[in-house]
Amino acid sequence: MKSAVIVFPASNCDRDAQTALKQLTGKDPHMVWHQDSALPDVDLVVLPGGFSYGDYLRCGAMASQSSVMKAVKAHAEKGGAVVGICNGFQVLTETHMLPGALMRNADLKFVCRPVKLTVEETQSAFTRKYSKGQQISIPVAHGEGNYFADEETLNRLEGENRVAFRYAEGDNPNGSARNIAGILNEKRNVLGLMPHPERVVDPLLGGEDGKALFQSLIETLS
Amino acid sequence: MKARVFVTLKNGVLDPQGKAIGNALHGLGFGAVGEVRQGKVIDLELKESDEAKARASLKDMCEKLLANTVIEKYEIELKA
Repeated sequence: MKSAVIVFPASNCDRDAQTALKQLTGKDPHMVWHQDSALPDVDLVVLPGGFSYGDYLRCGAMASQSSVMKAVKAHAEKGGAVVGICNGFQVLTETHMLPGALMRNADLKFVCRPVKLTVEETQSAFTRKYSKGQQISIPVAHGEGNYFADEETLNRLEGENRVAFRYAEGDNPNGSARNIAGILNEKRNVLGLMPHPERVVDPLLGGEDGKALFQSLIETLS
Repeated sequence: MKARVFVTLKNGVLDPQGKAIGNALHGLGFGAVGEVRQGKVIDLELKESDEAKARASLKDMCEKLLANTVIEKYEIELKA
């Protein structure tokens, strides 16, 4: 699997994503600067966590207008896989590649801790190595992760099995509607999630529950 | 021409910051304060003298960048 990590000014999980991808695929991912207008030939694009453009205006709003995002959009339209983690998820909603929006956490606090998640959907390139209903623990670190969409959109996401991950009952860290932690697009080749799977791919880092996400992609895209 | 754009959360969208501001005002003794909602003001200068054109272009800016219309609404004020 060939991959690329997009680097925006103030991305700060780009190196974590790079390290995880290198460790699991055995190949260095391409690090692509936000001003580039073309992507290298890759199977997977990762939009990493961080505070792109200082979170000016709204989280992900500036990044959604960057020249590299046109190329990322085109990659997804051709069926290429894209995963947006944390700020990357915010960028995907601002680019309208995923529905809804990520609002200020309901209690206004920045939350940085492992959360319990339930894997809701395994029929996707990102989640096939998990089992349905599996409980995993993955850290979150965000101030704006409160997923919002209108009722109709939420019903549609659930009806089309596009909720990939949910916060376990009683462990919703941000007030997200219907405990949503990660969603798929209609074509199921774009995933956005607030938790950081790239931070838990090695026991030395405190866990390996994020590994299956990358292994799913490797199995599907190699 | 100068323009002022107000961006606020849509009615019905939870505004935790507005709530916190309301609670703080109550704490200061402003007991008459009811619901509080907050938002942003963006001031722009426009090289455009035609009001209709300016308004159309500002609307486009709001839809494309200034507001996230999934959760926010906007109002445009023009000053000559």
